[in-house]
Amino acid sequence: MQYLLMLYADESGWTRMSKAEQERGVAAYAAYTEALSAAGALKGGNRLAPSGSATRVTVADGKTQVLDGPYADTKEQLAGYYLIDVPDLDAALSWAKRNPGASHGIVEVRALWTDPR
Amino acid sequence: MPLNAAVREGEAETKVVAEMVVRRSYGKLVAFLAARTGDVAGAEDALSEAFAAALETWPQQGCPANPEAWLLTVARRKSIDNIRRNARIDDHAELETLPSFPHAAEDSAQIPDRRLALMFACAHPAIEASIRSPLMLQAILGLDAKAIASAFLVSPEAMGKRLVRAKQKIRQAGIPFRVPERAEMPERLAAVLEAIYAAFTEGWSDPLGNDAARSDLTGEALFLAELVNELLPGEPEALGLLALMLHSQARRPARRSAEGEYVPLAQQNQDLWDLAMIRRAESLLVGASKAASVGRYQLEAAIQSAHVERCRTGKANWDAVVHLYDALLALTYSPVVAINRALALGELRGPAAGIAAMPLPANDARLAEYQPYWAARAELLRRSGHAQEARQALEIAIGLAADPAVRRYLEQRRAEFPVE
Repeated sequence: MQYLLMLYADESGWTRMSKAEQERGVAAYAAYTEALSAAGALKGGNRLAPSGSATRVTVADGKTQVLDGPYADTKEQLAGYYLIDVPDLDAALSWAKRNPGASHGIVEVRALWTDPR
Repeated sequence: MPLNAAVREGEAETKVVAEMVVRRSYGKLVAFLAARTGDVAGAEDALSEAFAAALETWPQQGCPANPEAWLLTVARRKSIDNIRRNARIDDHAELETLPSFPHAAEDSAQIPDRRLALMFACAHPAIEASIRSPLMLQAILGLDAKAIASAFLVSPEAMGKRLVRAKQKIRQAGIPFRVPERAEMPERLAAVLEAIYAAFTEGWSDPLGNDAARSDLTGEALFLAELVNELLPGEPEALGLLALMLHSQARRPARRSAEGEYVPLAQQNQDLWDLAMIRRAESLLVGASKAASVGRYQLEAAIQSAHVERCRTGKANWDAVVHLYDALLALTYSPVVAINRALALGELRGPAAGIAAMPLPANDARLAEYQPYWAARAELLRRSGHAQEARQALEIAIGLAADPAVRRYLEQRRAEFPVE
């Protein structure tokens, strides 16, 4: 099954980190990505630009609305994602646990849509 | 269609056989059908259609030699029908994921028992904790939402919806049907045992089963605890839980008088205790202790065992009881355990020591609304000569009592409480 691991984190944490800490952080993600890839579970993944750069679009009654900023105004923002292919939820959860993001934020694990039955 | 409704329509004799098959095979068949697809609801639907078919054909053609295999074969056909009905034309890929089924003529012993894996799926950490117990009762034992709802004091509609959601989660999130590896076993097993114990304690609130509208789930919970021990032998905490439940069950008939009044342990008629059940609990506990891995349920069972021993021999063993509570408190930090420990300490070292050991509502606001806390306080205060405070605590306990028999018992205790 394919799962999307959504990494939510307090973005201000990154800017407060020293250069050395940031480098360590990047290295941890690189190692994690490498491990996923070596296990044959990696389908994709990326870090996102800061949530302040987000723009929302919605069309209602034929009118397009373009709004500035992320959807939810919470402390933790979607900061990146991994798409993985593993046998079941337990395997997905064990990858989520190892994700560096789980130590400084929240990793939401969601299965990709499959047709019922 | 709810299984019970299907069974109700059958003829008496077939009904008896069908009910036996339900109890023995229901969970086994659901587990086997759902294990590969992850679709518990689909397996239940197919199986209840199979049971309905059984009630239609068995009375005329007689019960098949192997009812379990017969039901499985029919359920398999029903689930393929259901998939075809739901699938798009030409989309037969899903059908290939169905497990291969033994032929009806084959021995039912060959149907692999995946009930343990199903229990671990029901009590998976990704499933909300409060629905694990109802989910297990439904998937393994075939109880309908209405019966479960009444035991858990929830509306049948709400319970039904929550069960549907939980089954959807199992399928959509890909929760596996498997017995956990050694490393994760203690944590995962604890969740299964907790769900079983929750079903057992819900059943306790109506000790004589007088409240017909409320289902008694103690028998169902005992069945699940036996099942875990049968399928996962030698797990000390599973043995401990079964021992604990058997101890409670053994004394159950003595917990209420003929008039339905609450009878505290020390005054219970021991002739009403089921000694065979108590002996079995004892031997399970001895078996558990061989693993030298103490846990919550073993300690609770050992406390029950000590209480029984004291009542039967008349020899005080409060030091042993306090020791066991010390260990249990260190493990659970539970304020409920702290209350019981304080009572035992009150017996061992006097009421003042008991009062000093009582947990404080300042540290846990829930205590202020917990009836046994106030009842325990009242008794300890009375015995240490604090008449006014004792009466006050007793009044609060009476006001908080939800069980009428307990309320009446506490009201009768008033006579023993001196007025200053």
